[in-house]
Amino acid sequence: MSMERTLNHHTTRRKVKVLVAKIGLDGHDRGAKVIARALRDAGFEVVYTGLRQTVEQVVAAAIQEDVDIIGVNQHEGSHIYIARKLVEKLREYGADDIPVVMGGSIPVVDVDVLKSIGVKEVFLPGTPIREIVDKLMKLAEERRRTGRV
Amino acid sequence: MATKDYVLSLVERAERGDRRALGRLLTILEDVSSETAWVLEYLAGRSRGAHVIGVTGIPGSGKSSLISRMIRVLRDKGYRVAVITIDPTSPLSSGAILGDRLRMQEHATDPGVFIRSVTTAGALGGLSLSALAMIEAFDALGYDKVIVETVGVGQSETHVMHAADTIVVVTMPGAGDDVQALKAGVLEIGDIYVVNKSDKPEASKTYEYMLFVAEKGEIGRSGAWKPVVVKTSSTLGMGIRELVEAVEKHLEYLRNSGEKLSRLSSRRRLLVKLLAEKIVLDLLDKVAEEELAKTHEGLEGFYKRAIEIARTTGEKLLNLKIQ
Repeated sequence: MSMERTLNHHTTRRKVKVLVAKIGLDGHDRGAKVIARALRDAGFEVVYTGLRQTVEQVVAAAIQEDVDIIGVNQHEGSHIYIARKLVEKLREYGADDIPVVMGGSIPVVDVDVLKSIGVKEVFLPGTPIREIVDKLMKLAEERRRTGRV
Repeated sequence: MATKDYVLSLVERAERGDRRALGRLLTILEDVSSETAWVLEYLAGRSRGAHVIGVTGIPGSGKSSLISRMIRVLRDKGYRVAVITIDPTSPLSSGAILGDRLRMQEHATDPGVFIRSVTTAGALGGLSLSALAMIEAFDALGYDKVIVETVGVGQSETHVMHAADTIVVVTMPGAGDDVQALKAGVLEIGDIYVVNKSDKPEASKTYEYMLFVAEKGEIGRSGAWKPVVVKTSSTLGMGIRELVEAVEKHLEYLRNSGEKLSRLSSRRRLLVKLLAEKIVLDLLDKVAEEELAKTHEGLEGFYKRAIEIARTTGEKLLNLKIQ
């Protein structure tokens, strides 16, 4: 049955659309690219905005693309500052229904801090791709059920 | 799901400059169905005569970077610019990476620019229909220039290109000197030809070659317009002003010759045809599904069954009333 639905393109739902972003001066995008690729292979539509973006640029892209999720990858230690600014900007633009997830070199002790700021999921190094895909899928479904522009 | 009131409120909010509403409206237009077809008519009725510019060319010729450079010049001239970038979905995995936008991110926060990426698979109603629907939306919302970027392969993308007022074909040194490649498909329908990456060796050779075939009239759409060839380099920012001038000149030609109106009516004709196709296909799907449910499982006699389904589906379709 599920097979039939995926084959029948007239009734298939829109694919999950994710924005993968790197914010600030962090120049390490290997991880972001691996994630982008893995999500593509899992059937997601991935918008990659490239290196050294500002929070404003990422929020603008998320709004124009009408993405289901924003995924931020950070490796240089500014994840708390960036998470705070990002969540703030999303609220300012009335786009805080778009869930934010984070990944990269993030110390375990910061996970709760990030979640208290409003980050929905934090993926630490070594998280299996499968787990990321499942959690993103769930977040996207939840937003589509409840979120309305 | 998308009620009439909701869609209308999105249009209204988008008109007031609410970019979230526009983003969502475009999502609805990605999959136009018979329930939402009225939106197209509504939007088309509010057309403000946008200049639709199709940019096509082989992968890697630098289309996205070139468009980013063009946006800057167009913005300097005071135009509001919308961009629709179409990225092909991998045939191996059903997903896609939308990377065109990356080259244009410097314009993301400019309130006079709106960039939207579509994948060939994401366009559920068929690529051409989705792209055409989005063009109507941007046109109705007062964007002066609507740029559509495609890799220029496949029938549906040729469709999209034919909906453009001005077609820019991008090539690069070392790729344009093959007569066969030029003669086939979308590369022959340009109004303006760009030799990008002209900072590279052999650029002059490619340019001379393009100039030669253009002057001979071997490439280019029919009409009194003579195709223009421009040398550019997105990296160095070279030739961008000349390119934009050529695009503007072409628009002037279209207006003076009355071709602008005929381009609009052919775009609309295509829209109606694609919409009709979509509505018929949706109905066909529904009836075929019902018929399929009646057949027994198993592989035997599937050919016979396919014919049977095609016949009964057709009969049922003829008796269906479309409201």
